[in-house]
Amino acid sequence: MNVITTKGVEKIYNPDKIPVKALNGVDLDIEEGEFTAIVGPSGSGKTTLLNIIGGLDRPTAGAVEVGGQDISELSDNQLIDFRKEHIGFVFQAYNLIPVLTASENVEFVMLLQNQSKEKRDARVKELMEAVGLEEKMDKRPSELSGGQQQRVAVARALASKPTFVLADEPTANLDSSSTANLLDIMARLNKEENITFIFSTHDQRVIDRARRVVTLVDGQIATDERR
Amino acid sequence: MIFRLAWRNIWRNRRRTFITAASILFAVLFSSFMEALQRGAWDNMINNVVNYYFGYVQVHENGYWDEQSIDKSFDYQEAIGKIPASTKEIQEVLPRIESFALASTGENTSSALVVGIDPQAENSMTNLKDRVIEGDYLESGEEKALLAQGVAEKLGLAVGDTIVLISQGYHGVNAAGKYPVKGLVKFASPDLNKQMVYLSLPAAQYFYGAPGMVTSLALKLDSQDDIAPVVHSLESNLDTAAYEVMDWQELLPDLVEARALDSAGNVIVYFILYMIIAFGILGTILMMTKEREYEFGVLVSIGMKRWQLSLTVWLEVIMLGLIGAIAGILVSMPLVWYFKINPIRFTGEYAGMMEKFGFEPIFPATFQWEIFANQALFVFLITAVLALYPLYKIKRMEPVKAMRG
Repeated sequence: MNVITTKGVEKIYNPDKIPVKALNGVDLDIEEGEFTAIVGPSGSGKTTLLNIIGGLDRPTAGAVEVGGQDISELSDNQLIDFRKEHIGFVFQAYNLIPVLTASENVEFVMLLQNQSKEKRDARVKELMEAVGLEEKMDKRPSELSGGQQQRVAVARALASKPTFVLADEPTANLDSSSTANLLDIMARLNKEENITFIFSTHDQRVIDRARRVVTLVDGQIATDERR
Repeated sequence: MIFRLAWRNIWRNRRRTFITAASILFAVLFSSFMEALQRGAWDNMINNVVNYYFGYVQVHENGYWDEQSIDKSFDYQEAIGKIPASTKEIQEVLPRIESFALASTGENTSSALVVGIDPQAENSMTNLKDRVIEGDYLESGEEKALLAQGVAEKLGLAVGDTIVLISQGYHGVNAAGKYPVKGLVKFASPDLNKQMVYLSLPAAQYFYGAPGMVTSLALKLDSQDDIAPVVHSLESNLDTAAYEVMDWQELLPDLVEARALDSAGNVIVYFILYMIIAFGILGTILMMTKEREYEFGVLVSIGMKRWQLSLTVWLEVIMLGLIGAIAGILVSMPLVWYFKINPIRFTGEYAGMMEKFGFEPIFPATFQWEIFANQALFVFLITAVLALYPLYKIKRMEPVKAMRG
């Protein structure tokens, strides 16, 4: 079953001045439970595609369907709700809320979803254990290493039980051991809980672990390899 | 969650929080102190002027103030009997009967304001006894005159000489009398110094042919705060068809106007002060907004509604404003209190001028809750309005652009 479908997605920046075509007719289907890496050189449109799939940016032309719903028709407020309910984000620079502890960061999206305290506490515990940071629950981001922060970011992305997780260069700032550790965690969650992961990456270590690799060149899909 | 986030955000950059709160604190401190001194100076001035002669409140026969005639005298005992003894704010009642007369000696004649007074009561408010420069002060009931120095000079009189007074008395009777000069008093006010002649109350009543009558009752009160209850009490006990009760603001409209003019001038000073404060706070808010653009983008990306984010940021600034304003009040109060009990003392020419009028050359601060509350509230409101800027930025923010930096 397709989780995401993009149909002829185009994105042109500065259409009125000096137009830059970041995406040029991207057709892509992502199935439930896939572990997909979107790769390509700088400027190939990886992050733009991820932003459009994540409802953070709108396509100039084409459509993006998530679970059969065309998200390009949603209003700004509806998109925020949509992201909150359906998408988990992992950013390159971790982007945890600095004034909240690790567990509070994980709990944050569930608070936005108005989940009960019992549910939140149970889910935080479950996820912190899943990412191996049950000992660091009360630490603030500044007290955690980069790898640990990114693991908290993964836990946060999964807290709302999203339809899929978008990770933009998640290992770019991590050393080898942290990268391996993070990939192990995400691969396990993908396998055991059937969570769909989509990465944009340059990192060969991530590409090697992906089960599907979509290569973008000049805003178009050049290759789409399933392993 | 929003409150917790806002509160913790305040403390994530302690130095910036401290600087912002301190700037608000100093704004409240400076503006409160300025207003306390300004009000204090005016209160002191009013107190001096009012107690110089008029008193905070006066009672007359209805219509007397518009047409100051001896014919509008009233029975002293009857009126005093209607002033409730329980009105504790009234420290002293000064009965007076006054009208203009011709003062003469030999070939010299001059106009004079001849006032009949109760010497003890008069002295308790106006310190008239302290102004005696020659001879002695009046005693109750004696048939002697106390002259302003200017009157004595004009008529060529000295202590022990006799002054002749001629006037029209109550309901047109002839008023004439001669009185030995018991003492001379000196007023710094040239107007008073060239026209005042004091007699004891019974002597003046006899002179005007109005035994038992007075033209005014001046009331000595402890402070301006006592005016309202006293006026209220008098108006409910006296027949307002027969009597008029006037406070100093009605008696001295020029003084009221001068104060209003001075306050209006200070509005410009306050405006400049508030502008400086506003720019200081705006600088902090701009810095904070710019610095956290990326974070705002992330929060909206992961599902925080713009209004939730706006409320968080607004609360942060509001709490910062509150901390600064409350700290400002707490610091201002002891400072203002200190200058209330240890007033600034003038020296030099200005002090000399004040002392000439019999005023103490001091500049006390006024300690009133409303001064601190108003200034703190105003600075806080400025902060609350400036806090709308990040809300505007959040409303227009595009998460992708914000996260691109």
